[in-house]
Amino acid sequence: MFGKLSLSAIPFDQPIVMGTLAAVLVLGAALLGAVTYFGKWGYLWKEWFTTVDHKKIGIMYIIVALVMLLRGFADAIMMRGQQALAAAGAQGYLPPHHFDQIFSAHGTIMIFFMAMPFIVGLMNLVVPLQIGARDVAYPFLNSLSFWLTAAGVVLIMLSLFIGDFSATGWLAYPPLSELKFSPTVGVDYYIWALQLSGLGTTLSGINFVVTILRMRTPGMRLMQMPVFTWTALVTNVLIVAAFPALTVALALLGADRYLGMHFFTNDLGGNAMMYVNLIWVWGHPEVYILMVPCFGAFSEIISTFSGKPLFGYKSMVWATVAIGVMSFLVWLHHFFTMGSGANVNAFFGIATMVISIPTGVKVFNWLFTMYRGRIRFTVPVLWTIGFMVTFVIGGMTGVLLAVPGADFVLHNSLFLIAHFHNMIIGGVVFGCLAALNFWFPKATGFKLEERWGKWSFWCWLVGFYVAFMPLYVLGLMGATRRMQHYDNAAWQPYFVVAFVGAAIIMAGIFFTVLQIFVSVRNREANRDLTGDPWNGRTLEWATSSPPPFYNFAELPKIDQLDQFWADKERGTAYRQPAHYADIHMPRNTGVGVFMGAFGTVLGFALVWHIWWLAIAGLVGMVASFVARAYDRDVDYYVPAAEVERIERARLVPLKNLIDRVDVASSEQRVA
Amino acid sequence: MTSSAITAGGIAIHGHDADHAHHDDGSRTLLGFWIYLMSDCLIFSGLFATFAVLAHAYAGGPTGKELFDLKYVLGETMLLLVSSFTFGMAMLNMHAGRRNRVLAWLVVTFLFGAAFVGMEIHEFAGLIHEGAGPDRSAFLSAYFTLVGTHGLHVTCGLTWIAVMLDMVRRHGLDGIVRRRLSCLSLFWHFLDVIWICVFTFVYLHGVL
Repeated sequence: MFGKLSLSAIPFDQPIVMGTLAAVLVLGAALLGAVTYFGKWGYLWKEWFTTVDHKKIGIMYIIVALVMLLRGFADAIMMRGQQALAAAGAQGYLPPHHFDQIFSAHGTIMIFFMAMPFIVGLMNLVVPLQIGARDVAYPFLNSLSFWLTAAGVVLIMLSLFIGDFSATGWLAYPPLSELKFSPTVGVDYYIWALQLSGLGTTLSGINFVVTILRMRTPGMRLMQMPVFTWTALVTNVLIVAAFPALTVALALLGADRYLGMHFFTNDLGGNAMMYVNLIWVWGHPEVYILMVPCFGAFSEIISTFSGKPLFGYKSMVWATVAIGVMSFLVWLHHFFTMGSGANVNAFFGIATMVISIPTGVKVFNWLFTMYRGRIRFTVPVLWTIGFMVTFVIGGMTGVLLAVPGADFVLHNSLFLIAHFHNMIIGGVVFGCLAALNFWFPKATGFKLEERWGKWSFWCWLVGFYVAFMPLYVLGLMGATRRMQHYDNAAWQPYFVVAFVGAAIIMAGIFFTVLQIFVSVRNREANRDLTGDPWNGRTLEWATSSPPPFYNFAELPKIDQLDQFWADKERGTAYRQPAHYADIHMPRNTGVGVFMGAFGTVLGFALVWHIWWLAIAGLVGMVASFVARAYDRDVDYYVPAAEVERIERARLVPLKNLIDRVDVASSEQRVA
Repeated sequence: MTSSAITAGGIAIHGHDADHAHHDDGSRTLLGFWIYLMSDCLIFSGLFATFAVLAHAYAGGPTGKELFDLKYVLGETMLLLVSSFTFGMAMLNMHAGRRNRVLAWLVVTFLFGAAFVGMEIHEFAGLIHEGAGPDRSAFLSAYFTLVGTHGLHVTCGLTWIAVMLDMVRRHGLDGIVRRRLSCLSLFWHFLDVIWICVFTFVYLHGVL
């Protein structure tokens, strides 16, 4: 009846897990109780869960990402604590199987459920606004994507309390991840959480490619798109092209585990390296899927706060496209040690080094944008400068690792760990936090407060270096990754320093949370009434903060890059149109929520071999989808009078403000 | 404010701009569906690549030459090719606005597709019965997964045809139904192309 599931699946004997469970239950009950007490369920359901508004979906993605950042970081600091303790005779406080689950969960969560939702959330929030669209191409699919991602999150969180999680590293290499060596449900949780969220991501990718190609405002040519939109386009093409490889790799691993097949087993002709190739055919582009939109965000930030157009827009676009293409030609550098021969390794080594050329172009473009700019050192700019320094260092160690000979020495060492954290923290995390500070007022209508933002930045920056520079050294000393325990006592001081670094990063995270909390509390003081808090250049700043649900009452006309900036210069921004037209908008729908819920049921049932429930979950998903296809009342018109009312409420008071701003900026120009 | 506004207001009142955001003449959906098909195509290319790597990993078990009956597979192939032709007939009739003929050709397509899936299941059952199931060797794992994934797609296509039959019956050939039939048509022909590759690289190459 319940497959492999029984009460013994709950790890009562593990105090850390049980303590976490108790905390989650108490906090969860408090949260649900508060929502019930304040009678907010209807509001949440109508305004958020069932929304097809790209801005709200974007905000929900980012909330998920921030919550998962906390979870992923909790794993990280537990690992650092264990390794700071478990030298020579000491065993630390985490038994091996628990430690293995923690490093697997840390990597899986940070990539799939922190970085990905953050990036997809930012694209949701910003891209339609930047191209002057009213929503994405397929608003319902967008909601579905989010809820499928949420289903993956639920599964991975459940694995903490019911059964166990994969103990095979974040990519679950076989043969270790095969049934023979990982007989528990951990790898199954991993497979289904990733398949569900991967489906959601693929749908997002298709959605955004079509949105960017087909829904730009009249007159906006490709080479007039803001750089962030360009990077989003490249990223989504990468998603559509790369995620199928992940789907295949995980499906075949699943076939081995569930149907007794022999793709990657040691016996009967299986070939484990096939998996490693497939997963990295996805995995390397994935690195750029995360990184490229951050490049876009940094570009927007640096040109906005330097008060200059981005230096070398065209070269930036072509560098992005080049990185996107080349990202498919380097996957083998993750396993030079496979032994595919000198020529093959040389090809992939050189291809890897070549990627540093377009990346270098970008760095110089940012530097030249700042050169002679009137730079305002706001929080987003701090993150951007911190990124540039950190990312260049990480890039150099990357080129070092790209030399196959050197890689044979450094493969799977802590040098590698230091390198990719250097890129992903220095690039993606800094990028996401920069973007969060930059676009937060657009999403919510008030700015994030600067002081705690700066504290957060400095803690993250210093913490990163203190935590990861010792790992470079340890890697060169021969320390490998994923050690629950090590004999060489000489390594311990470096691990202790790394732990201190992680603690400083923890302070950084704390200050980010505090920054958000304080900003929400003091929101009236930080209101953005103009919709343009940073003196921005691109279309998202032309509408109000937060934008009306239809984004633009009248679709903006474009004939140049940075149109909004030019309009402000000419004094033609914020024009009130002579008359308003009805606006065609999609209706909210709960189908995405239902499909996500059925998806969770399906995944959970598959993990525990509860076949009847799995069938029920699958039938539920398909039936919801088909039912949606029969729903013909999926959109409506906002009457022109309603649009006019909303617009006047903003534009009339704004006019006074604008007059003041115009006076101020002309004075600035004279000065 | 609801769809009544559409009938009351009519398109003429909403200018081009107002309709830009959420009026899809179908081309946007078709573009998205093409992109989806390309991503599905990459799933198949991953499976083909895996099959290529494991094509000779017999592990002492039976080889393709011993297992495959080309005549039988030719029969399957013909069923699928004919179903593509009949789907084409359905689409021609859709463009001519002949609802009942569309329904008739869709039913014919469904029957051919179902017969194809039936033959495939029969073939798989026979292989498993002979002891040449997917757990016998890496080669057979790759074979069953590649061919089975295609079969699963055809089965999804059959479900989709069944739903579309009902929709055509209920709503006639309106814009939404036409758009969906166009996507389904792309999907069905795409599966044909994949099958040609399966026939060539798996069966023909395996036997020759």
